[in-house]
Amino acid sequence: MSNQSSGLFNWINDRLPIKNTYERHLSKHPVPKKVNFWYMFGALAAVVLIVQIISGIWLMFGYENTEEGAFASVEYIMRDVDYGWIIRYMHTTGASMFFAVVYLHMFRGLMYGSYHKPRELVWIFGMTIYLVMMAEGFLGYVLPYGQMSYWGAQVIISLFGAIPYIGESLELWVRGDYYISGATISRFFALHVVALPLILIALVFMHLVALHEVGAGNPEGVDIEKYVDQDGVPLDSVPFFPYKVLNALVAIGIFGIVFSIIMFFFPEGGGYMLELANFEEANPMITPDHIAPVWYYSPYYAMLRAIPDKLGGLIVMGAAIAILFVVPWLDRSKAASIRYKGNLSKIAMVIFVLSWLMLAWLGTMPVTALRTTLSQIGTVIYFLFFLLMPIYTSIEKSKPVPDRL
Amino acid sequence: MEEKLNTRRKVLIGMTAAVGAVGVSFAAVPFLSAWNPSAKAKAVGAPVKVDISKIQVGQKIQVAWRKQPVFVIRHSPEALENLSKIEEKLDDPRSINIDEPYRDINPTRSTSKEFTVIAGVCTHLGCSPKYYPEMEPQPWDKAWIGGFFCPCHGSMFDIVGRVFKGVPAPTNLKVPPHNFKGNILTIGEDQEIT
Repeated sequence: MSNQSSGLFNWINDRLPIKNTYERHLSKHPVPKKVNFWYMFGALAAVVLIVQIISGIWLMFGYENTEEGAFASVEYIMRDVDYGWIIRYMHTTGASMFFAVVYLHMFRGLMYGSYHKPRELVWIFGMTIYLVMMAEGFLGYVLPYGQMSYWGAQVIISLFGAIPYIGESLELWVRGDYYISGATISRFFALHVVALPLILIALVFMHLVALHEVGAGNPEGVDIEKYVDQDGVPLDSVPFFPYKVLNALVAIGIFGIVFSIIMFFFPEGGGYMLELANFEEANPMITPDHIAPVWYYSPYYAMLRAIPDKLGGLIVMGAAIAILFVVPWLDRSKAASIRYKGNLSKIAMVIFVLSWLMLAWLGTMPVTALRTTLSQIGTVIYFLFFLLMPIYTSIEKSKPVPDRL
Repeated sequence: MEEKLNTRRKVLIGMTAAVGAVGVSFAAVPFLSAWNPSAKAKAVGAPVKVDISKIQVGQKIQVAWRKQPVFVIRHSPEALENLSKIEEKLDDPRSINIDEPYRDINPTRSTSKEFTVIAGVCTHLGCSPKYYPEMEPQPWDKAWIGGFFCPCHGSMFDIVGRVFKGVPAPTNLKVPPHNFKGNILTIGEDQEIT
């Protein structure tokens, strides 16, 4: 019997490189032997992606992509479908958790210089994933056709109107109607459930292929490829299985607990994950008193509001994301990791994080003159962190990076 | 000879690619056009009629036209007199920068001496501004002179929808085509078609 099954396995393996791929990318794939918890968020992001795909498919069973039916169908899922509420809250909590782990993952990259040569492409694929995720999250938020879906979409689609000459017709083209109607919802639905997930999965694949080509980084910023054994395996590495897998399982377990606590007890996240106004059906005649984005867009929304000019606001918001793509070429430091960078980098990083958090808070608050000024200061700091990076990373003195991990 | 063959090959590849690109652009037309508003969406948008006799002085009512809010405001003579005094606060008091249908006819910007008819859609990012007619300090402006305030991004307009200086909104609120006939205001049509 066992002979036969191994015979079958060999038959398949001769035609499909299962063993090779499994060993190369999973079981024997070398990873740095010393990493910390910051290196878990990539795996967690993959877990959330799977959660989102599965819960999303299940939501589609009950969701109706029409102007009349959308809001009611979400309520139907919540009230009438057995365990529908848990599937929906899994998806909404998953959206927030996806951004949470991706932000931490990105911060890890900034902190330990994960974008340093030769990992520039890994970073760029990652940033593209982040960009697609922002679009995916926005499209998904419109689908329930609540008040915040409608007015949030109104604001975001109006951004296209800021583009000179073609703006207004572009806006109409995106909406497919003179207001955000059933036509808009059904195209957003198609993009949200088919087009963007396909792109997202393809990008995740590229992110991983590029990562496995150059190997994972580590918090010391040590190049482990320098010292290898006779088989070419880095001396400071351990195989992915069981070392990394068991680590990841612990992380996934802790993450599952946090996820569940939010999903069961705080699915609205205090109005930052699901806004209270969205429990009311869309009304094109009345704007809610206070329009705030969900928390994961709020820093960029604060920047948009900080600029007293329509086109300028759009440009600044776009530039804030675009500048992240070129970070590998802005950082001139010899040391990848913040541990060996100079004091200027450390100070810049602290100020950057504080101002990012301040912007995130400001983006969720109503407008006042003082908050607008604070948003402007935060926006300037955000850009200075990146624009001055070539200067402060080249004039500061970094500590020598050790040879071995 | 070999080189000649290579050049020939390059030209042929280039030509094939060019023809292919033309084909792709033609094939893209239906896919891009399908995003345009459908014939059904275009057909909706008939004019709406409003009885304006019940509107009090200083009151604002909201009417839906093309599923978008339109504000109709009845002004007191004093409020209209004040309009010319606040012009230094405004970005474009005579609506030069937009396609204004009834420019310089009345201070109300409409065809009526008493009523203002404006689209209740902020020219910044499309929220519906709120009406705060009283001249009193507000959290967003200590010297508020009355008008519209957009809660989304803090744009300010006066009581006839003219935009203030230094706010995100680029232009004045739009004036939709309309006409008055007795107590009936028709929004969406310049002159009644008879």
